[in-house]
Amino acid sequence: MITRREILQVGAATAALTVGGGFTRALAQQKLTESELTKFDALGNVTLLHVADIHGQLMPVYFREPSINLGVGEDKGQPPHLTGGDFLQRFGIPAKSAAAYAMTSEDFSALAKSYGRIGGLDRLATVVKRVRAERGDKVLFLDGGDTWQGSLGANASRGQDMVDCMALLKPDAMTGHWEFTYGEARVKELIKGLGFPFLALNVRDTEWNEPVFPPYKMFEKGGVKIAVLGQAFPYQPIANPRWLIPNWSFGIREDDIRANVEKVRKAGAQLVVLLSHNGFDVDRKLAGRVQGIDVILTGHTHDALPEAIKVGKTLLIASGSHGKFLSRLDLDVQNGALKGFRYKLIPLFADAIKPDAEMTAAVTKARAPYAKELARVVGKADSLLYRRGNFNGTFDDLICAALLKERDAEIVLSPGFRWGTSVLPGTPITVEDIHNATAITYPQVYRMAMSGQRLKEILEDVADNLFNPDPYYQQGGDMVRCGGLGYAIDVGKPIGSRISAMTHLKTGKPIDPNKDYTVAGWASVNEGTLGPPVWELVERYIAAEKTVRMAPNSSVKISGV
Amino acid sequence: MRQLSRRAALAFGAGGAALTIVGWDRPAFAAAKEAADEIAKFTGGKTAAKAKVSIELPEIAENGNTVPLAVSIDAPMTAENYVSEVLVVAEGNPNPGVATFHFSPMSGKAEASTRIRLATTQNIVVVAKTSKGEFFTGQKLVKVTIGGCGG
Repeated sequence: MITRREILQVGAATAALTVGGGFTRALAQQKLTESELTKFDALGNVTLLHVADIHGQLMPVYFREPSINLGVGEDKGQPPHLTGGDFLQRFGIPAKSAAAYAMTSEDFSALAKSYGRIGGLDRLATVVKRVRAERGDKVLFLDGGDTWQGSLGANASRGQDMVDCMALLKPDAMTGHWEFTYGEARVKELIKGLGFPFLALNVRDTEWNEPVFPPYKMFEKGGVKIAVLGQAFPYQPIANPRWLIPNWSFGIREDDIRANVEKVRKAGAQLVVLLSHNGFDVDRKLAGRVQGIDVILTGHTHDALPEAIKVGKTLLIASGSHGKFLSRLDLDVQNGALKGFRYKLIPLFADAIKPDAEMTAAVTKARAPYAKELARVVGKADSLLYRRGNFNGTFDDLICAALLKERDAEIVLSPGFRWGTSVLPGTPITVEDIHNATAITYPQVYRMAMSGQRLKEILEDVADNLFNPDPYYQQGGDMVRCGGLGYAIDVGKPIGSRISAMTHLKTGKPIDPNKDYTVAGWASVNEGTLGPPVWELVERYIAAEKTVRMAPNSSVKISGV
Repeated sequence: MRQLSRRAALAFGAGGAALTIVGWDRPAFAAAKEAADEIAKFTGGKTAAKAKVSIELPEIAENGNTVPLAVSIDAPMTAENYVSEVLVVAEGNPNPGVATFHFSPMSGKAEASTRIRLATTQNIVVVAKTSKGEFFTGQKLVKVTIGGCGG
């Protein structure tokens, strides 16, 4: 019996493709060993390590990257808005290689069987420790947020499991987004025990308009004075419930960023880093407008890019999601100026990287209270279940089907979240899988009458959050998923005229603006929403179906791309 | 199956109503014309230069009922030449005139902040008038949205 690890290493001898870049080449050659994955020709006097959007995933995961990720305006066709073959071509990655598996959706189910799961905090710990051992006091390790939410354990412990395990990695700072959905009191309580700062220059209290969190922290690493500025998700009270954080106001606050950059430069910062949860397109625009930022560590939109993207003098780093990757950015800072850099997006292949024993123990302990429940098998997936994509994902199709039936609705609206792990075809669906796609603090499934007019308003509104040509008006989620409702969308049009041909799929009739439809949905941002938690209904549906097979979804017709 | 109570449906409805969203058939030009009239009245028909005005407003309103606004005019404030009045107009509100701030050389700097109510996604236009009869203007688009699907 040959283990998967052995297969991966045997592969090293076969496909010797010559392509650019150390990382890409190593993966192309299938040298999936820890030393090859972490191999790095060290440079300069500072090393930034970055993770973002772990979303409560302590263990290695399957996570299929999107096959549809459209850019609009100036971002059209630019990374990260490349998928599949276009992505591979842009970055010189061979099809079916380990890098292709980690960063795109091409042949995902088949490649997942060869390359296995990616991530896990114990693999992350191994690599972080390795780099620290190599680079000593030159290392700054930063967490871009969306760390405390996205799994059963994180939700049940209200973020405690993630905080406890991340503490072992000793990050130097973090910022946040979904963290805030535990409410003001809990956020404050968790921050108190962190041992490192929670930075957010763009959060102010609603009463006095004063900063709630420290805006930045100064560090000295490798003899370089480094300022790390924190930028939380700007649209927290809009995209997520405002009632959970009623005293805090967010926003991009470009002027505040500018002012803080000037302040830290005056205070002697030789390197300025923005630890951001803005989303990639917002940060790209920001980099073109705010001078003096050397590096933006992006987050929120879950993009994994194998190269740094340069805007003017600013480097943008996109470190992926769900704990799949660790970014390493070596910088050469001389006399207050960035003279050179080297970057590698390190995929944490779980079968190639040795787990860190201390972290494995901590993860096991954190999961222990829920271990039995997490492992409980509810049904079986006959086709791949995944979420990411601008318009739909099969896991969301499953949620929509469950809500249509369990709440006896005509139409279902399901949020376009970008987090949620994948389930491979032919494998069991566990309680853990269901919660990885649904674990939020406002999970109630409402059932109510909505007019056709209102439905169109909602689709138009969400589409504009995604496709407004000005990134500052984008919120960074994907399109709301619809069950029982088909529509056409022209992404190039302005708000109010993108959506057409709305159809009630069951009857095949056009949606009547004046008719009321019975709509079920979850993740309402309104306080006092009542209904059973979404995971309960999804579980009940899967249990009844026993085996689920999601047919390709053709209910959204896309144009204007 | 548990039924969603009437109260829950109302709660959702109430939350929805608190934010007026952009209608795709809203006759926006009617309000915009009123706003233009308001500005013309303020400037006496003179063209305002697009300069010197900085407006602090969120790109997307967290709550359309109370949107924080700060304006400042980068212009001298001396006895001979100062910003005397600043007009704030919300192009898409039923009553576009939001506020007029009055200044004197004693003000030191022409800046003011307040909270405004926005019925819908719209441009906020600020026009400053100086004691010499010059006009400066700037504007910013504020989006008022249903929200709830980011993530």
